[in-house]
Amino acid sequence: MTRDYSHFIRHLDGGRARMELAVDGITCGGCMSRIERSLRAVPHVTHARVNFADRRVAVEWVDGALDPERVIDRLAELGYRAHPFEVARAEDESAREARLLLRCLAVAAFAAMNIMLLSVSVWSGHVTDMTPEQRDFFHWLSALIALPAAAYAGRPFFRSALGALRQGRLNMDVPITVGIVLALGMSVVETLNHAPHAYFDSAVMLIAFLLAGRFLDQNMRRRTQTAAANLAALKAETAVKFVSAEEIREVPIEAIRPGDLVLVRPGERIAVDGVVVEGRSDVDQSLVTGETAHVAAAKGTPVYAGTLNVSGTLRVRVGAARGTLLDEIMRLLDRATEARTRYLRLSDRASQLYAPVVHLTALFTLLGWAAAGASWHDAIVTAIAVLIITCPCALGLAIPAVQVVASGALFRAGILLNAGDAIERLADADTIVFDKTGTLTLPEPAVVNATEVPADVLALAGRLALSSRHPLAAALARAANATAPIDGAIEQPGEGVQATIDGVSVRLGKPSFCGALAEAAAMAAATPDASLIAFARGQTRHVFAVRQQLRADATAVVADLQAQGYRVEILSGDRASAVEPIARALGVAAHRAGVTPAEKIARVAELRQQGRNVVMVGDGLNDAPALAAANVSISPVTAVHLTQAAADAVFLGQQLAPVAAALVIARRAKRIMRENLWLAVVYNAIAVPVAILGYATPLIAALAMSGSSILVTANALRAHASKGT
Amino acid sequence: MEVLIYLVPLALGLGLVGLAAFMWALKSGQFEDLDGAAWRAIGDEDEAPRPPTDGDGPRAPPH
Repeated sequence: MTRDYSHFIRHLDGGRARMELAVDGITCGGCMSRIERSLRAVPHVTHARVNFADRRVAVEWVDGALDPERVIDRLAELGYRAHPFEVARAEDESAREARLLLRCLAVAAFAAMNIMLLSVSVWSGHVTDMTPEQRDFFHWLSALIALPAAAYAGRPFFRSALGALRQGRLNMDVPITVGIVLALGMSVVETLNHAPHAYFDSAVMLIAFLLAGRFLDQNMRRRTQTAAANLAALKAETAVKFVSAEEIREVPIEAIRPGDLVLVRPGERIAVDGVVVEGRSDVDQSLVTGETAHVAAAKGTPVYAGTLNVSGTLRVRVGAARGTLLDEIMRLLDRATEARTRYLRLSDRASQLYAPVVHLTALFTLLGWAAAGASWHDAIVTAIAVLIITCPCALGLAIPAVQVVASGALFRAGILLNAGDAIERLADADTIVFDKTGTLTLPEPAVVNATEVPADVLALAGRLALSSRHPLAAALARAANATAPIDGAIEQPGEGVQATIDGVSVRLGKPSFCGALAEAAAMAAATPDASLIAFARGQTRHVFAVRQQLRADATAVVADLQAQGYRVEILSGDRASAVEPIARALGVAAHRAGVTPAEKIARVAELRQQGRNVVMVGDGLNDAPALAAANVSISPVTAVHLTQAAADAVFLGQQLAPVAAALVIARRAKRIMRENLWLAVVYNAIAVPVAILGYATPLIAALAMSGSSILVTANALRAHASKGT
Repeated sequence: MEVLIYLVPLALGLGLVGLAAFMWALKSGQFEDLDGAAWRAIGDEDEAPRPPTDGDGPRAPPH
């Protein structure tokens, strides 16, 4: 059956078609040229270009002359897994935002450099023989550069400040905007009055420094989004859709609409939410409910995206499920999201404190000088100089700079952030609630006793398993790293697979099918919670036990978290007999089994009422409401869509270590954010008295501003290390 | 000091040329793939796609 990629293909002018692919495995420059050369060698391909930073390839070809599958096959031959993707709206927007910031930054930097050139001349002119006319000329030139540049490059700040004021809030951009506007306005007035000092350089330099911080922040966020979109694309989720009563076609999940009829064969993951209209099977819902025991499905049974069809073929009507688990979860999720209090970010809290203090100081300076007998003009100029020198250059960089460095460290540790303020919320956490299935355990079941069986038997059983689509067989094939199926193997549905090798009959399947009932009974007694699959070659019999296994480092990570003083709990939708052994192995005393989604939320709410900051780590559909209800949430990349969307961060890979690393990095990042805020306070404590006394000349303002910015940025770099304290 | 009359516009003009060049580079997508550009610079490949007829024949030795 051919796959239908038409959903991803864009038809360009000039009879060409274009497709963008996410590619797994691009590691160096060599890969780039190999991919580009090989793809350009494919007939009718007119353009192939690798984007190394995004790990993506754009391919164009003569429309209609090439089956896009050839491109994917060619990449597969080279050893790269590739899948087309659809650019998400959010990603498109943040790319546009990043370009705008970069344009603003370029304008501000150009203006700052040119004005500084003029300013340095003016400053040295104060001690040499510059005439007042020349100084005024230089000031006018500076104004000519600074005013349009600030109007253009300051837009991101002005817009954000206006937005905040309209909502009756104060954010960091409000004092920044006030400072910039007043500095420019006063400088123009001073220039008109032929005064010796103008602050055009300070205003534009401030814009340039802050834009640099914002651009880096935006870029980091975009990188995370790109990586997440690639992961989603590489999952290559497809569904087999009936395009007519008889005809089926494999289409990407994005092209499935409610009301479509899809076919789900045994061993496949069900890619959609819907209702079974025909067929009978067992469904493994562990990814959705946490329950590892299979559920029977027949006509009328609702099924969920992410569940695994075990035994029979099903026809499913998409999106028709009503009054089901999904509805219940959506209702809980909506309520939890609504009830979620908006987290007040550190920078917003700082600016709520900071803006009034600074503006009041400026006001008192004005009144103080006026009362002391200075002219109104001098009093106003001094007051504005106070505002300029306190304009939160360091403060505006103090937190974004740490944010950038910390998200970079998280990215390397295998954590992708969904929410911008997740780092700060992670740092506050003191309680960690884990889901069991798919979170503490690996999402795919594994063979428990692979090492106890002779290697040649395991290899042969694995090869035979390749001929079956049953999940237990798939686990066995994975355990044996089998790649070569056995010729002539026949699957007897519901029983197992058999083949004949060198005249000896080999069988894999149910214990009864292999005549291994006695061995199976012994194995069942030893590992009561495992599913069994038997193998027979001639007269020898072996039984493999397959079950969900803990992530390799789960015990160490949980012990480490507990040693660090975190309270760890397990809330699982699975039955008690499956949860208890795991909780015991991990040394977690607080565990609950058979918990419904509503009970999960209730427990999280209870913990929060006790004043605890809860991290919820979960992957199932049943975890989604609890993830939204917790202070901060993490889910593994294997989680279902809805759950991943509800989580603040996603962790990659087979290990649990990223969760612990995230907490360490977040805590250190928050500590450095606080340090930076204190550095800004110390800077102000020194600079403000100087400004109040009227000594803050443009030269001093420029030195203070760049000095403090460099200091906080250098301090932020300490958040870089991903290990240690 | 009359020198300022042409030096200042010259300095500003040069700055604007730099700015315009940067804007052009940004618009033409030169900043889309910074990591890749680093590798491309040291690649030994010809960047231009070769015409389909060329490819098997050995290159003519340089004269």
